Amino acid sequence: MVHWTAEEKQLITGLWAKVNVEECGAEALARLLIVYPWTQRFFSNFGNLSSPTAIMGNPRVRAHGKKVLTSFGEAIKNLDNLKGTYAKLSELHCDKLHVDPENFRLLGDILIIVLAAHFAKDFTPACQATWQKLVGLVAHALARKYH
Amino acid sequence: MVLSPADKSNVKAAFGKIGGQAEEYGADALERMFAAYPQTKTYFPHFDLGKGSAQVKGHGKKVAAALVEAANNIDDIAGALSKLSDLHAQKLRVDPVNFKLLGQCFLVAVATRNPSLLTPEVHASLDKFLCAVGTVLTAKYR
Repeated sequence: MVHWTAEEKQLITGLWAKVNVEECGAEALARLLIVYPWTQRFFSNFGNLSSPTAIMGNPRVRAHGKKVLTSFGEAIKNLDNLKGTYAKLSELHCDKLHVDPENFRLLGDILIIVLAAHFAKDFTPACQATWQKLVGLVAHALARKYH
Repeated sequence: MVLSPADKSNVKAAFGKIGGQAEEYGADALERMFAAYPQTKTYFPHFDLGKGSAQVKGHGKKVAAALVEAANNIDDIAGALSKLSDLHAQKLRVDPVNFKLLGQCFLVAVATRNPSLLTPEVHASLDKFLCAVGTVLTAKYR
């Protein structure tokens, strides 16, 4: 059973309220594909991924990044039930998408860096610690139904 | 994993821009690592890890100096960090997983202090560089 302190919940929801989900999601996914190029294996039908510039500008990457981060937003509304929130998505990523759960951890770390760059000094060590906890739990919830 | 000429150039330029503030980046990275990954504190039972700790600042300075040294000798990181590699293998024996954690926190420190520096290309190069440093420091473990 996950436990969140009031402070942690505030650090999450307070920051999230200021996040542009579309921009942040697009950037996070693009950086994942740039920094860890082997993750492109899941997106062979996304068109031009031939350079960082191509990836950053790729409309399918942007759209998918927005989708992924929107789902993250759902998790934030249900911090006390991440497992339930992600049960179906977990099955999907295992059975249909065949995504190694390590990729969820990689994306989580990239998201942290995107948030850090955006919020700068406001992304304090305590804030980072809370968000690292969150992305870790989301990754765990997404991996939970794997078999 | 090999550092391309572009990676080397990106890393050198990044550390050039960070310049004299590298020490603060080092201390910031450590503070973040201890907060986000409390298990890393087990390597510092002899330290005061409270906010503003002089010991953490001092250690951050050492870590940063090593990274700067590696960046300045990027064609031979193993050579540049050979003594540190021995130290980690024989005395410190920090579990290899922890270098990734510190690497993440160093990137976050860069992101919070100098966001414009961390373009996707530089992000990728720095990440590779930090991995390479971790690999060198654990190379003689067994």
